[in-house]
Amino acid sequence: MGSVNATTPPSAHRNIVPAFRTFAAITGSGFRRYSTYRQATVAGAFTNTVFGFLRTYVLLAVAAGTATGLAGGYSQKQLVTFVWTGQGLLAVVALWGSTELADRIRTGDVASDLLRPVHPITMYLAADVGRAGHAVLTRFVPPVLTGLLFFDVYLPRQWFTAPLFVLSTGLAVLLCFACRFLVNSVAYWLTDIRGPMIAWMIGSGVLGGLFFPLRFLPEPLMVALWVATPFPGMLQTPLDVLVERDAPALRGGLVALQVMWAGLLLTACVMVQRRAERRLVIQGG
Amino acid sequence: MADRPRPYLALLRGQVSAQASYRVSFAIDVGTNVIATVLDVLTVLVLFRVTKALGGFTLREAMVMVGLTALAFAAADLTVGNIERVKLYVNTGRLDAVLVRPLGVLPQLVLMDIPIRKAARSVFGATVLGVALASVDIDWTVARVALLVYAVLGGVLFFASIFVATASVAFWWIESGEFGNAFTYGGREFTTYPINIYSGWFRRVFAYGLGFGFVAYYPALALLGRTDPLGLPGWVGYAAPGVSVIVAAAAAAVWRVGVRHYRSTGS
Repeated sequence: MGSVNATTPPSAHRNIVPAFRTFAAITGSGFRRYSTYRQATVAGAFTNTVFGFLRTYVLLAVAAGTATGLAGGYSQKQLVTFVWTGQGLLAVVALWGSTELADRIRTGDVASDLLRPVHPITMYLAADVGRAGHAVLTRFVPPVLTGLLFFDVYLPRQWFTAPLFVLSTGLAVLLCFACRFLVNSVAYWLTDIRGPMIAWMIGSGVLGGLFFPLRFLPEPLMVALWVATPFPGMLQTPLDVLVERDAPALRGGLVALQVMWAGLLLTACVMVQRRAERRLVIQGG
Repeated sequence: MADRPRPYLALLRGQVSAQASYRVSFAIDVGTNVIATVLDVLTVLVLFRVTKALGGFTLREAMVMVGLTALAFAAADLTVGNIERVKLYVNTGRLDAVLVRPLGVLPQLVLMDIPIRKAARSVFGATVLGVALASVDIDWTVARVALLVYAVLGGVLFFASIFVATASVAFWWIESGEFGNAFTYGGREFTTYPINIYSGWFRRVFAYGLGFGFVAYYPALALLGRTDPLGLPGWVGYAAPGVSVIVAAAAAAVWRVGVRHYRSTGS
């Protein structure tokens, strides 16, 4: 099977296959781990669904109050799709995430992560991909089906929307993972990361487009957010792609912005990790 | 009798000094907590940037509901919000230690972890309500002044009851996770807006079944002197804060049954 662990020397011929297998194995374990939290999954999906109703009614009232019936350029049907898909995506990208890594850093458990023959970022990313896969089945589907059942939803009309949405969602998972990894890594320098964590939770919710579509903001502010921060890429971009808010070229451009931010943030993760490892040694592990 | 509050005061004092001893963390917590509430209000302002009216209410009128909700929720969250942590106590069996003491279970749990950092949110909520009331044209009568006071107190009691009732779920369903948020934070979201924007069974369940309609919407209608687009008579607004007493009684009953249902962890 050629598994990789700390006690066997790495195989002499470098090959992509073992690396891929390791990634897949960790992804699988991430999936299985979350499939054991059945009750929490049900509770989470229920809460997302209640919020789906709340936000749908509010945004529909906003659209009904405008002269054109459009709110921020969205039709009522598009708003419904936006809200319900957003409530599902929220759990897929794990917008709020956990402080698991930060807790491991504080207790010193992270030392055992560093001993493994897999780069910590690869390992955490693989586990997060497994978690996201589980969330697609259990947290994304229920709210989306509820929206379909109770409201008049907008269904995409162009064939390339589906693949672009899948790509954009994948990038959103990557982006959100990188941000959470960075916020958690603050724990290498500060033992109490509650402040940065809350700042992240507030920032990602508002600037990601969860509370209201970012198109409701003044144009210059909206553009600045999109270009200068990674937040819209975590929720707003995939949703805008799905409801076909813009011309195809602009949708492609928004996804390209996600690619840029994912690259930048993952690079930042690698650099921070390298510094943090040195810092951990200074602390004496 | 005079000695009754003393142990509770000691618990509270311990909390205050413990939390204030980590100054930087405390300052950051206070700051981020205020920002969170500010953003909730900002969200409403952003929505009104797009539309002139929400369910037939202007921004100024809607802000009365926003202010009532923000103040009531923040004050309830400050005083009993941390009851959410009862999940942790039930899960680990730490509730045993609370049960053996000769003090009430609920006040102990509340005072053992009172988040002073959330105090500033209530101040902000009160400010929003004050500004909202000052910017709309209200025909102030004695009845309206009394209603305002009762509406705020009723709202605090209402949200506090929802916190207790949803936290009690943990006695039966330990891994209830985010379930309670649907009614606490979801309830806040519901009462922030005029309830005539919701429709069908969803409005009936939340507004009348669970009583959320009586927290901000009906009192605000009475304060503004508007008739209910949903057809309830005008006196409902003045009677609305009374609903929270019923909800509080129900929450207390659920809590008591829950505590009796507690079986420890067996370790």
